[in-house]
Amino acid sequence: MLKLFRLLKPYRIPVIITLLLVFIQSLAELYLPTLMSDIVDNGVVTGDTAYIWRFGLYMLLVALGSMVCSIIASYFSSMSATGFGKLLRGKVFKHVTNFSLEEFDKIGTASLITRTTNDINQIQQVLVMMLRIMVMAPMMAIGGLIMALSKDRSLTLVFVVVIPVMALVIAAVASRGLPLFKAIQKKIDKLNLVLREGLTGIRVIRSFNRIEFEKQKFEAANRDLTETSIKVNKIFAIMMPAMMIIMNFTQIAIVWFGGHRIDTGEMQVGDLMAFIQYAMQIMFSILMVTMIFVMIPRASASAERINEVLDIEPVIKDGDEKGKASLTGSQQLRGYLEFRNVTFSYPGAEQPAIQDISFAAKPGEVTAIIGGTGAGKSTLVSLIPRFYDVDSGEILLDGVDIRKMTQADLRSRIGFVPQKAVLFSGTVAENIRYGKDDATDEEIQKAARIAQADEFISKMEEGYAAPISQGGSNVSGGQKQRLSIARALVRRAELLIFDDSFSALDFKTDAKLRAALKREAADATMLIVAQRVSTVMDADRIIVLNESKVAGVGTHHELMETCEVYREIVSSQLSEEEIA
Amino acid sequence: MSQANKSGNGRPGGGPRGHMGPGGPGMGMPVQKAKDFKGTLRRLLQYLKPNRGKLIIVFITAILSTVFSIYGPKVLGRATTKLFEGLMAKAQGVPGAHIDFTGIWQIVMELVALYIISAIFSYIQQYLMAGVSQRTVYQLRRDVNEKLNRLPLKYFDSRTNGEILSRVTNDVDNISTTLQQSLTQLITSVVTIIGVLIMMLTISPWMTLIALVTLPISVLAITQVAKRSQKQFAEQQKELGMLNGHVEEMYTGHKIVKVFGQEEESLAKFDEVNERLFHAGRKAQFLSGMIMPIMNFIGNIGYVLISVVGGLFVTHNRITIGDVQAFIQYMRQFTQPITQTANIANIIQSTVASAERVFEVLDEEEEVPESSTPRKLTSPRGEVAFEHVQFGYEGKPTLIEDMNIEAKPGQTVAIVGPTGAGKTTLINLLMRFYELRGGRIVIDGMDIKDMKRSDLHQLFGMVLQDTWLFNGTIRDNIAYGREGASEADVVRAAKMAHADHFIRTLPHGYDTVLNEEASNISQGQKQLLTIARAILADPAILILDEATSSVDTRTEVFIQKAMNELMKGRTSFVIAHRLSTIKGADLILVMNQGTVIEQGTHDELMAQNGFYADLYNSQFSDDFEESAG
Repeated sequence: MLKLFRLLKPYRIPVIITLLLVFIQSLAELYLPTLMSDIVDNGVVTGDTAYIWRFGLYMLLVALGSMVCSIIASYFSSMSATGFGKLLRGKVFKHVTNFSLEEFDKIGTASLITRTTNDINQIQQVLVMMLRIMVMAPMMAIGGLIMALSKDRSLTLVFVVVIPVMALVIAAVASRGLPLFKAIQKKIDKLNLVLREGLTGIRVIRSFNRIEFEKQKFEAANRDLTETSIKVNKIFAIMMPAMMIIMNFTQIAIVWFGGHRIDTGEMQVGDLMAFIQYAMQIMFSILMVTMIFVMIPRASASAERINEVLDIEPVIKDGDEKGKASLTGSQQLRGYLEFRNVTFSYPGAEQPAIQDISFAAKPGEVTAIIGGTGAGKSTLVSLIPRFYDVDSGEILLDGVDIRKMTQADLRSRIGFVPQKAVLFSGTVAENIRYGKDDATDEEIQKAARIAQADEFISKMEEGYAAPISQGGSNVSGGQKQRLSIARALVRRAELLIFDDSFSALDFKTDAKLRAALKREAADATMLIVAQRVSTVMDADRIIVLNESKVAGVGTHHELMETCEVYREIVSSQLSEEEIA
Repeated sequence: MSQANKSGNGRPGGGPRGHMGPGGPGMGMPVQKAKDFKGTLRRLLQYLKPNRGKLIIVFITAILSTVFSIYGPKVLGRATTKLFEGLMAKAQGVPGAHIDFTGIWQIVMELVALYIISAIFSYIQQYLMAGVSQRTVYQLRRDVNEKLNRLPLKYFDSRTNGEILSRVTNDVDNISTTLQQSLTQLITSVVTIIGVLIMMLTISPWMTLIALVTLPISVLAITQVAKRSQKQFAEQQKELGMLNGHVEEMYTGHKIVKVFGQEEESLAKFDEVNERLFHAGRKAQFLSGMIMPIMNFIGNIGYVLISVVGGLFVTHNRITIGDVQAFIQYMRQFTQPITQTANIANIIQSTVASAERVFEVLDEEEEVPESSTPRKLTSPRGEVAFEHVQFGYEGKPTLIEDMNIEAKPGQTVAIVGPTGAGKTTLINLLMRFYELRGGRIVIDGMDIKDMKRSDLHQLFGMVLQDTWLFNGTIRDNIAYGREGASEADVVRAAKMAHADHFIRTLPHGYDTVLNEEASNISQGQKQLLTIARAILADPAILILDEATSSVDTRTEVFIQKAMNELMKGRTSFVIAHRLSTIKGADLILVMNQGTVIEQGTHDELMAQNGFYADLYNSQFSDDFEESAG
């Protein structure tokens, strides 16, 4: 967590001002009882009314000063803490933006979202508390101790007894209670799991008549949670009464021993009254610090999660200028893609996801990739825009190793349609324009027409200005996919990649779309990953993947002759008579 | 930090475990309000009824503990007075003057007893409350869960799981915290306010008046600041929502952002929202942070006034010095419970709002009750008939006008058409998850309405694409099909489903625990497990989804074999993707937009030259294509 607090640097002046003001404020707060004791000792004892009034006024001024300090401190601490949150959030977001998919897989998208939002908020909250209390409490404790010492040295011995007792009680309760708190969190998770399963599986549960069984599972989790909660609350029930007794007994002890010191003339009554207040300040400060220590583990868990993100170095780095130069030199080649003995494994995987893949795709040609789930189709195309980097072998675009290009340059040459269509909130036009910032309305409409999206868009009430909600939840799967295709087409990229993008379309649209593509994007290199045999059949080249390796390359008819795996796929999808 | 919060005695319930952290972030934040506050509160109190006895003890001990601790400063003040008097007498040279330590010792002993008793009562109160609150919440959670079991599926279909979960977890948790902490805090606060007021009055009515004057000032100041800070908190919440939305969108669409080179734009937008969030957050924090210092200052004004006036009174011998000390302590105790009560009022409001949401679930309409004289099919043959079935989802127009289907025992009914509402509707009706608007569904001549739901469900087996497995061992997951299934039964079912082999290759075999998302086995393997589960259940009628190409070819062959095995001798409703299945079916139901538009055998439908023929011609005729179903 301390590592993260380095981000406070731009706010060091507000932080210093905050600390300074808090310091002044604690001095002021500590000064009040001193003034009061002066009123008692010098005003009340001697009956000096004017003195009482004058010191009363002083007290008021000190209290006013304390408030002003505290409010200004609040201004600066709010600024520092929220500013820190802003910087940290920006830093994490920027860092994550540079991640490749490998890093995304490692942590998980949902977890990354939580880390960028909730975890940072958590730390920001703790920082606010720390700036206000964690600084104040020790100052009050130490200040109180100094003041107490200055009032009466030997009476401070009371603290020598009280503070260890207090620490002991806190430690005893915390050491028994905190592990239980952790256990409770686990039990809550368990209860939620049972509940969530009950909701997602509701049809199965009811159709198998297992309501009773699920009820018992829930009951067990519920009871377990309840019992642990009772236990922990019963342990913590001792905390307040114990603290109460310690504090009250301290007061009594101070009055008793202080009385004797007054008797011998070593102390004054006003001092005794001030002393009691110092004692209370010291003990409350200790309690406050304890509370902070309860909060810190939670915040440091958040900090750890954030640091984990920040510590990840994206494995994919831009190529140097040399690559760029050689690329401009090869300008005559456009859209020429070649895989040379490419092998890639996901981090931690035992087997490579694709192994020793070689092929070439030329402009104006359609290259299709087919194979079962887990054969490595999507992996293969994810390597082209460098979502991942190859382990061995190389991928060349227009004769240049893609690792030697800048990522931005490489991707500007690619139009990519992912398996799962992702749209952003905004209008239809904005979503398509995502592919090309300066696309004209005509270009957008043309792309939509090729993608077979024009028809449904014009049926929408506001046409191209129709809003798309987050994640595209207000359009159907097929429509989403077509918009996602239009977005890739509007780029007029030299290389078009469709990662299983047609499966959400019905057959007619699929066929029409492929026909339009052939017509309109004739000079582009096309790579189509597909599940349906019908989609790939008329490709110029079909690459059949099986268990990470190329099982065959050729046209449909060639493969029907030569490739066993291909025949298997075809027969699994079509009935006997149709294959004939 | 406020001295007012710190000095004086530690009071029960006013400790660091309160809802409100130091610095009072709870204050000045917007509060959710219940629609029917009184009614909901009354109902919530009903839940406490079984613990009435304990609650009464809790209340009594809370009151006693507070009263005892309130009495403390007054007694301590007497000791100070004795000290002071002795001292004054000595100073004035009264002969034989001394500090009355025997008297003080008595007072000290009195105090020790007072505080110990108070602490014991406080402990009893907290100890009992732990049990009361948690057990109440336990009961509430149980009631909600049991209620969920009785709700019809339309309830679940019309809202998200997250929404339902939040009511059972977050809202119930909220109630739990309030019961554990705020309830007794409220009692002790109110008792403290009254008790302190009485004590202050007995010391000096004039000084009490001065102390009370500060109250309206603080109320006025706080409401002014709180109003403004609530606005800023709402603003902050809005910006935070926007920011979270952007982060979520960019992270889930990361691939797209990258491949289209839109990183800069995404960052720019993030920075813009982040900046706005910063400003809103800063203001909200600042304003809410102002509340405590202001309160503190007003408290200090009172403190100063009392010090001065008290000092003057003592010099005029109107009250004793010990009384001044006691009064100061009381005054400090006075402001804290007042702010606390204000806070608790907010907490109780949001708790009642939570309770209302929970009660809403409990008040939902339940499934149509079962027939009072249920009938049961003893040896089902699996003859299914829809007779003039009319159906529509609630609040929506009628979907099915007049559906008539007849499936004889052992027949295969293929369902074709675009994916979507079709198959879900069919399952909903057959299983009586939803009620018909008209007509009836008859199995072996018996109206399904006359059967018990559990008996009806027993007739069916389902193997669906969205396989549902739970977090548990593979054995338990298969055994889910039939209660009390033996080990041998499970293995036999797995063997018939061609699942035995892959199960045995797993590190722990049948004892392998499926993780939460069941992601430690493949999609196809999951499907094999659900087939095994259905085989074990041995139903008369089947509803199944044919595997689509999302499963690898080899597993697919296994699935197909296992399904054929399963379908033998059973009436089967198959969501068909395979032309061979469709052509071989005894009956084809062509579904579109949730309703059956055509039915018949393949040849009959082709002859009709309608939707099916069109579908078939467009999809299967030219060369070889697979179905879009």
